[in-house]
Amino acid sequence: MAKYLLLKHYRGGPAPVNDVPMDQWTPEEISAHVQYMSDFAGRLETTGEFVDGQALAPEGTFVRSDGEGRPPITDGPFAETKDLIAGWYIIDVSSYERALELAGELSAAPGAGGKPIHEWLELRPLLTVPPTITE
Amino acid sequence: MDEAQLRSLTPSVLGILVRRGADFAAAEDAVQDALVEAVRSWPADPPRDPKGWLVTRAWRRFLDAARADAARRRREELVDEEPMPGPTPPVDDTLQLYFLCAHPSLTPSSAVALTLRAVGGLTTRQIAQAYLVPEATMAQRISRAKRTVSGVRFDQPGDVATVLRVLYLIFNEGYSGDVDLAAEAIRLTRQLAAAIDHPEVAGLLALMLLHHARRATRLTPDGSLVPLAEQDRSRWDTESIAEGVEILQAALARDRLGEFQAQAAIAALHADAPTTEETDWVQIVEWYDELARLTDSPVVRLNRAVAVGEADGPRAGLAALATLDPALPRHAAVAAYLHERDGDLVTAARLYAEAGRKAANLAERAHLTRQAARLNAHRAEH
Repeated sequence: MAKYLLLKHYRGGPAPVNDVPMDQWTPEEISAHVQYMSDFAGRLETTGEFVDGQALAPEGTFVRSDGEGRPPITDGPFAETKDLIAGWYIIDVSSYERALELAGELSAAPGAGGKPIHEWLELRPLLTVPPTITE
Repeated sequence: MDEAQLRSLTPSVLGILVRRGADFAAAEDAVQDALVEAVRSWPADPPRDPKGWLVTRAWRRFLDAARADAARRRREELVDEEPMPGPTPPVDDTLQLYFLCAHPSLTPSSAVALTLRAVGGLTTRQIAQAYLVPEATMAQRISRAKRTVSGVRFDQPGDVATVLRVLYLIFNEGYSGDVDLAAEAIRLTRQLAAAIDHPEVAGLLALMLLHHARRATRLTPDGSLVPLAEQDRSRWDTESIAEGVEILQAALARDRLGEFQAQAAIAALHADAPTTEETDWVQIVEWYDELARLTDSPVVRLNRAVAVGEADGPRAGLAALATLDPALPRHAAVAAYLHERDGDLVTAARLYAEAGRKAANLAERAHLTRQAARLNAHRAEH
C-alpha cells in the first residue's frame, strides 16, 4: 500500500476544460457537484482507501522569519504564479495506477451544464519511513 | 450499564479525593482508572452504591500510586492520618472542580479539555476524537493543564464568567465522532446550574436548550445549510424550547441581566414564532441593543443589522450595516441578503459570491455560492 496526496488547486495549474466560475452555475449544478465530492469520499471510505480530506479557504498568506518578533507578511513572493491549494485528499491505495484512476474520477466532478469540469489535480506520493528489512 | 450515569458521578468522586488531600493530577488519574475498572466489572457485578464503589476504588488507586512514589512519602503519611469520611455532600466539591478546570491560567483549549475530562468524565480518546486531534496530542494537552492547576488551592473561589465561556466553547463545537459535545455541554451546564444560583448560568443553560431544540433542522441530511426562514418548525423540539423559556423567564425575573440571558431572549423569540414573518423583530432589535450595551461586540451589531432589516425594512438594515467594518466575518453575507430584499439583485449576487469565498466552513460556502448562482441563473433567464 502506498499513500498519495491528491491536491486540488484554486489556481496555479492549467485551466480546467469546463472553466466556469461556480457562482455562474445553477444551484442544481452546485448541488450535483457537492454530491459528487461527498460520494467520492464516501466510496473511498468503503473501499478502505480514505485517509484524510480537507478543504482550504481561498486566501493564503506568505510568511517568513525576518528576525526576532517580526515575521514579515507578504502577498506572496511569486506574484504571477501564486498557487493556492483548494483542498486535498490523502488516499492509501495498492498501486500508482489506482491512484491515477481515483484522481481521474475526482477530476471528472460535474460542473456548469452538468458536464465534467476536467480540472487538473496534482498527484504526489507521500514519503514514508525506511522499511524495517532492507536486504 | 449507563455510561452517562457513570460520567455524571465523576466530578463528585474527584472532588472527594481532592478534598481528602489528594493532589489534583494524581486524583484525576486515579478516578480515570476507577472508571475504566467500573466499565469492565459493573455489567457482570453492579454495585449497590455506585458512587461509594468509585470513591473506594479511586482512593485505593491513589494510595497505591502515592505509595509507589517515594517522593510522595510525606503526603502518604498525611492522608493516612485522615479519618475515612463517610458519604460526602458532593455539590460544593463539584462546583470547585468547574472553577479549577476553567482556571484563568489555562488556555481556552486546555480548559475545555480538562473540563471534559475531569468534570465530564470523558476519556482522553473520546475528547481527542471530538476535537479531531491525535490522542497523544490531547493527552499532552490534558496533562499540561493538570500540571498548571496542580498548585492551585482547591477552595479558591473562581470566576463564573470563565466557567460559562468554557462551557459555551464546548457547546459550539457540536457533534463529531461518538461524542455529542453540545449535549455534553448541556449536561454539564445543567449540573452547574443545580450547584450554583446565578442568573447567567441559567441564561446559558436556556440559550443552549433553545439552540439545541432547533439543531436538527439547521442542516439537511447531506449537510447543506437550511436558513432560519426555511427550517421545518414542526421538527423543533418543543419540550426543549419550553424548558429553555421557563429557565430564562425565572432568570430574567431576577433583574440581573447578562449577555447569555440577552442572547437566550433573542433565541426564545425566534423559537416562539410560528413563521419568520410573524417573528417579533422589533423586540429582537431591542434585545440586540441590550446585548450591544453589555458586550460592545461588532458581531452583535452585525446581527442587529439583520434584525433591523426585518423590523424596519432592508434600507434601514443597510444603513445600520454601513457603520460597520466590511472586514467583519459574514458582513458580505448580510449585505447580500439585505440588497436582495431591496431588489438590487446584481449587487446581491456579487456579494453572495464574495461571502462564499470568505466563508469559514463548507456548508456556509456552498449555501452562499448557491445563493449567488440562484440570482445569476434567474437573471440569465430574463
